[in-house]
Amino acid sequence: MNTPLLSVKNLSTEFRTERGVVKAVDDVSFELAAGETLAIVGESGSGKSVTAMSILRLIPDPPGRISAGEVVFDGQNLLTLSDEGIRAIRGDRIAMIFQEPMSSLNPSLTVGLQIAEPVNLHRRTPWAAAMNMAAELLARVRLPDAAARVKAYPHQFSGGMRQRAMIAMALACQPQLIIADEPTTALDVTVQAQILALLKEVTRAANSALILITHDLGVVARYADRVCVMYGGRIVEAGPAREIYARPRHPYTIGLMASVPRLDQEAGSRLVPIEGSPPNLANLPPGCAFAPRCRRAADLCRNHRPLLVKSAPDHLSACHFHAQLGT
Amino acid sequence: MPSSAPDTVLTVKDLKVHFPVMAGAVVRRQVGSVKAVDGVSFDVRRGETLGLVGESGCGKSTTGLAILRMIDITSGEVTFEGEDISDYDRSRMRPIRRRMQMVYQDPFGSLNPRMKVSEIVGEPLEVHGLAGDRAAYDTRVASLLDMVGLLPDMADRYPHEFSGGQRQRIGIARALALEPSLIICDEPVSALDVSIQAQVVNLFQELQERLGLTYIFIAHDLAVVRHISHRIAVMYLGRIVEIAPRGELYAKPLHPYTQALLAAIPIPDPEVEASRPQQIITGEVPSAMRPPPGCRFHTRCPRVMEVCKSVDPPMRDMGGGRAVACHLYES
Repeated sequence: MNTPLLSVKNLSTEFRTERGVVKAVDDVSFELAAGETLAIVGESGSGKSVTAMSILRLIPDPPGRISAGEVVFDGQNLLTLSDEGIRAIRGDRIAMIFQEPMSSLNPSLTVGLQIAEPVNLHRRTPWAAAMNMAAELLARVRLPDAAARVKAYPHQFSGGMRQRAMIAMALACQPQLIIADEPTTALDVTVQAQILALLKEVTRAANSALILITHDLGVVARYADRVCVMYGGRIVEAGPAREIYARPRHPYTIGLMASVPRLDQEAGSRLVPIEGSPPNLANLPPGCAFAPRCRRAADLCRNHRPLLVKSAPDHLSACHFHAQLGT
Repeated sequence: MPSSAPDTVLTVKDLKVHFPVMAGAVVRRQVGSVKAVDGVSFDVRRGETLGLVGESGCGKSTTGLAILRMIDITSGEVTFEGEDISDYDRSRMRPIRRRMQMVYQDPFGSLNPRMKVSEIVGEPLEVHGLAGDRAAYDTRVASLLDMVGLLPDMADRYPHEFSGGQRQRIGIARALALEPSLIICDEPVSALDVSIQAQVVNLFQELQERLGLTYIFIAHDLAVVRHISHRIAVMYLGRIVEIAPRGELYAKPLHPYTQALLAAIPIPDPEVEASRPQQIITGEVPSAMRPPPGCRFHTRCPRVMEVCKSVDPPMRDMGGGRAVACHLYES
């Protein structure tokens, strides 16, 4: 990889709760180049969303706090920027798309106004010109009747149309990086396919980088170039998507792949579930967080936390037994 | 008990559920109706799983609720174990509900947080006067918990002490308490984490083999539905558009909507995805208040013909347990 656009180094984010300090993100590092799509995959509580929010410093403090690390974006550490400095980047050079478009849109303002606002704010484009741009952007995300719908309110839109409006808003300032947190989880499958294809198409056209946060292994397979698998607040495996799917080198990734039914495989056979439940972050085991659910776990795993190490060229794994996997 | 075919548990014939839409602040009047289910027919055989799949608003959940008579039927017939229950009132439904149970989507919202697990699982026994003495009750609850893979000492705990997957097991134990012959499962795994879904799906299959249960499995996730179901009915805007054994449905989907639905679901394998044609249909599901005339899918159909815009295609038997409602298959 040439100079990365985004480089997250040893990021840790914790929350103070009644049960003590919870490390939601623990020593997470990854890089992303321009034009690349990185998927961060994990289940609830894995730390995937907190990682995304930490990049843009959207962690509510208190109770949250980014306790360590660097987020270097285009040569600048976002974690040491002033509040004005990070505000100037949000929505301009880095845009975010959330899962629930209804709660991210202001119900009392027209959709057009909300798309024009960042253009007016960041680019000092006069309102009239910004509104024209909003109409063009809505047409670009293929919203039906875009010109007329600039004046519509969010409640007049369907779920899919709202998510198109969110994408239009994200594109408004031609960001170098878009972070999409479960952008289609609330949508129907045919609409999910439309929205993800659109997101991929617009980022490719602008050579923007995309971070796709998801729990859906199918979505990752269809859209991602690279993958980080998270479990218990840490990255347990990372590498190019094809490599990870063809030769997974962490028992959690292997387990996930065996537990989802596939449309292209013989139906009726038994799935191989991962036993147990995802870990409680307030009470993580001392060794590998996955050890209590892992069939291969040995004493070593229960006592010593494995580091994320290079297991194959361009393929990282945090398993003591990574060398025996992926063949 | 009279019965049409001994292995048919449930027959649904031309089922319609329309909800009135009212307007007016002073004088309320009906201005239209949402045709949530609009002429649905299928049957379910003993020991099989019938999958009902479709996107939001297709009527799959309403169909489940109508079979259980938890909502009123506008017209049509529901025959359960040979008994026409279409116009049964609450008191006549009571004994029927012993044999027909439901498992819900939300393992958090569907369990009373103030009740112990033993009370949640045993409540149906009490309601139907089958609880017996304390010892018999405790034994029954313990065996139900064991059946779903929970430990006997969990009986004295409260729902909040359990994970989502365990709560869904509690919901299943409760549904099993009255030894029903049919269980309607409405999105029973969609709220669960991926690694937990497989545990619950496997539990459903094991219980079916052990107890000879019949399921109607309602879900939007076609991969999960196909995995667990023997036959699948694909629904769109209140109608079944195609019904087929699971193997055929994936190998050769007939209805353009089924084809679109299958194409929209990514397969968790980048190699497979790279070589898969990406046919994404446009648009979204129209309102069930004003479904399009003719074929309801014609506004989004990539193979739409003139006839589709005005003539509603009837369900055609294609042989081999398959049926499809599409003008493409009229000879």
